[in-house]
Amino acid sequence: MEPSFLQWLADPGLSHFLILSAILFSLGIMAVLSKRNVIMVLMGVELILNSANINFIAFSRFTDLSLDGHMIGLFVIIVAAAEAAVALAIVLNAYKRFKTINLDDISMLKG
Amino acid sequence: MFTTIPIIILLLPLLGFVLMIFFGKKLPRQGDWLSSGLISISLLLSIYLLINKVSSHSEEMISHSFTWVLIGSGSIEIGIAIDNLAAVMLVVVTLVSTLVHFFSMGYMKDDVRYSRYYAYLGLFSFSMLGIVITNNLLLMYAAWELVGISSYLLIGHWYEKKSASNAANKAFIVNRIGDFGMFIGIMILFFSYSTFTFEAIFSSINSGQLPFGSEQWLTAAGILIFCGAVGKSAQFPLHVWLPDAMEGPTPVSALIHAATMVAAGVYLVARVFPMLTSDALLVIAYIGAITSLIAATIAITQFDIKKVLAYSTISQLGYMIMALGVGAFTAGFMHLVTHAAFKAGLFLGAGSVIYAMHESLHKAKDHHTDAQDVRNMGGLKSKMPITYITFLVFTLAISGIPFTSGFLSKDEILAGTLAFSTMNGHWILPVIGFAVAAMTALYMFRLLILTFHGKPADESIISGIKESPKVMTVPLMVLAALSLFVFYSFNPLGAASGWFYAAIEQPMSVVPELIQPASAHVFHEAVENIHGMAMIISILMAGAGVLLAFAMYQWKKVNADKLAEHAGVLYKGAFNKWYFDEFYSKAFVGGTIILTKILRWFDENIIDGIVNGSAHITKIISSISGWIDNNVVDGLVNATANTADRAGGLLSKIQTGKVQVYLVYVVFSFLVLFILFL
Repeated sequence: MEPSFLQWLADPGLSHFLILSAILFSLGIMAVLSKRNVIMVLMGVELILNSANINFIAFSRFTDLSLDGHMIGLFVIIVAAAEAAVALAIVLNAYKRFKTINLDDISMLKG
Repeated sequence: MFTTIPIIILLLPLLGFVLMIFFGKKLPRQGDWLSSGLISISLLLSIYLLINKVSSHSEEMISHSFTWVLIGSGSIEIGIAIDNLAAVMLVVVTLVSTLVHFFSMGYMKDDVRYSRYYAYLGLFSFSMLGIVITNNLLLMYAAWELVGISSYLLIGHWYEKKSASNAANKAFIVNRIGDFGMFIGIMILFFSYSTFTFEAIFSSINSGQLPFGSEQWLTAAGILIFCGAVGKSAQFPLHVWLPDAMEGPTPVSALIHAATMVAAGVYLVARVFPMLTSDALLVIAYIGAITSLIAATIAITQFDIKKVLAYSTISQLGYMIMALGVGAFTAGFMHLVTHAAFKAGLFLGAGSVIYAMHESLHKAKDHHTDAQDVRNMGGLKSKMPITYITFLVFTLAISGIPFTSGFLSKDEILAGTLAFSTMNGHWILPVIGFAVAAMTALYMFRLLILTFHGKPADESIISGIKESPKVMTVPLMVLAALSLFVFYSFNPLGAASGWFYAAIEQPMSVVPELIQPASAHVFHEAVENIHGMAMIISILMAGAGVLLAFAMYQWKKVNADKLAEHAGVLYKGAFNKWYFDEFYSKAFVGGTIILTKILRWFDENIIDGIVNGSAHITKIISSISGWIDNNVVDGLVNATANTADRAGGLLSKIQTGKVQVYLVYVVFSFLVLFILFL
């Protein structure tokens, strides 16, 4: 390991948080696009939302936006909760309808 | 009150017609008493009207009119007008009609369509009375056509006979030709004066208004209206229908084709007399003269008793027309009246003979001998005394022997033509007049002698002959009485002093002075001057005719056949009716057939060709446009649809229905846009 890299790691700045957020976002996208289970897809969505939250907070900490970023973050958490409630209700109904929550099997809109 | 009587007279026969048509067969005796009764009431009313009218010595008309229709700003008035002329005519029509009704009870007994026959008689009487009492040309034309149709129906009464239905058609069609001219004449007058009423037309002409402002048009209008008379009164050249009309029952011939309907033409000319110009009258006079001559020559040669009488009728009608043409108005009309009596009598007498012959032939079971051919008769005098004596009286009257009614009127006509020729030199008219007088006496006495005198042609038939029943002989006696002079003038040698001449005055001419015929006054003076001479000549001519007839057929001093041989072409021509029928059938009937053949060819080849050709062209055009439709237009539409279909097919492949695939697209597209724009 190069000492400069370790040094960079030891001194966390904005870029660290952005990279973390990007990694988290990519993982979320991966989950959404590749998971078969609807629940897992929803979890991916949560990851994406939280990566966005990290971005908000990071920018709020390292720039002069003071507490605006925190407020947006709180909103996102609330909206995410609401979204999860609605999404789970949809999933429940989809399960009732199709007797499965495997996304590959729910493809009625196939052209 | 006087205005309602003519209307009652008019409507009674119509009532009879309606009742007989609907209920005739159900009535006792098939309703002959009903028709006869109604017409008898008409007769009594007519006589009452005439006596009142004539004894009042006033020329005042009984008239009544009302507005019938309004057209734009104008209106058409119709109504009735009874002057002395019409009053006399009413009596003539109803009298002959009544007698014929009674006579028919005998003659038509056991006929298959007995009640129908009486119904038609009623219709005819109604229409004929309509002609007489109307005061305008429109109603007259309507009634004119009605008598035409009733004549058609009655001629064709025995329509099972082909010749009868043909004769009915011929009568109707030939009459149409004349009526067409009359219609044009009426239309010229209506166009010029916007009225159909006689009085109004005459007063307009009198005030100097002429049709299209020209005197020639007035003459033309007069001659065109006279065309109607040419048709109905069987004048040359439309006289051919009348002899054929003898196919109808004989009483019908007496009523329609001798006494009344054929006289309607004469009555029409008398009605429009004031508006006739001197030129129009000259045409009328010559038509009458030619007709009387042609018909008289034919009558001499015929053997059918009814045909002789038919040609005699045409000849006498020609006389009347000629009389009106030369201006002898009263004489012409008087001849109409006297002729109605004795010619109706002659026909009824002939009917009586034919009836007797039929009965006799029927008993002898002979169905081949012609009951109307005089060559099968002869010697009927003793068998049918009443018929014989009345027939003799009629024959004397038509021949113009003194003390008969015929002498009075015929003598005045001849004096009129003679006076006319002294005024303007048309000497051919009196020459024809006197010649026809001699011929009339000749053919009538020939008929009388061949029928009643001499030896029977076939004893077996003649021995079975009986006098006709009372119902037939009484009308004959009535008519025979009316053929005597006393009913028309108390002076047996001159009609001018009688009531008839006082009642029927020549109407004043209303046409402009330059083209006016000689006035009544001038004319009367001319007649006065030569009356004596005319009378002597006419008696001589009649006497000569009678003598020749006796010499040829009674005493056989002159051989008729040899005489005919000497006459050669003349006899042949007359015997064949001067080939009028042949000429018409070649020229007009044949011409019409050729014309229709040409038209048919034209129709089948040219018109159909054009139609078929255009259909063919349309077919070609439509097949071309059909091809364009199927290939070009449909091709474009289908191509659009196919393109859309294919595009849809392609695009539907990416619609997998899998949410995550869509998300992949979104992310991928986002990345692409990101790379492109940042």
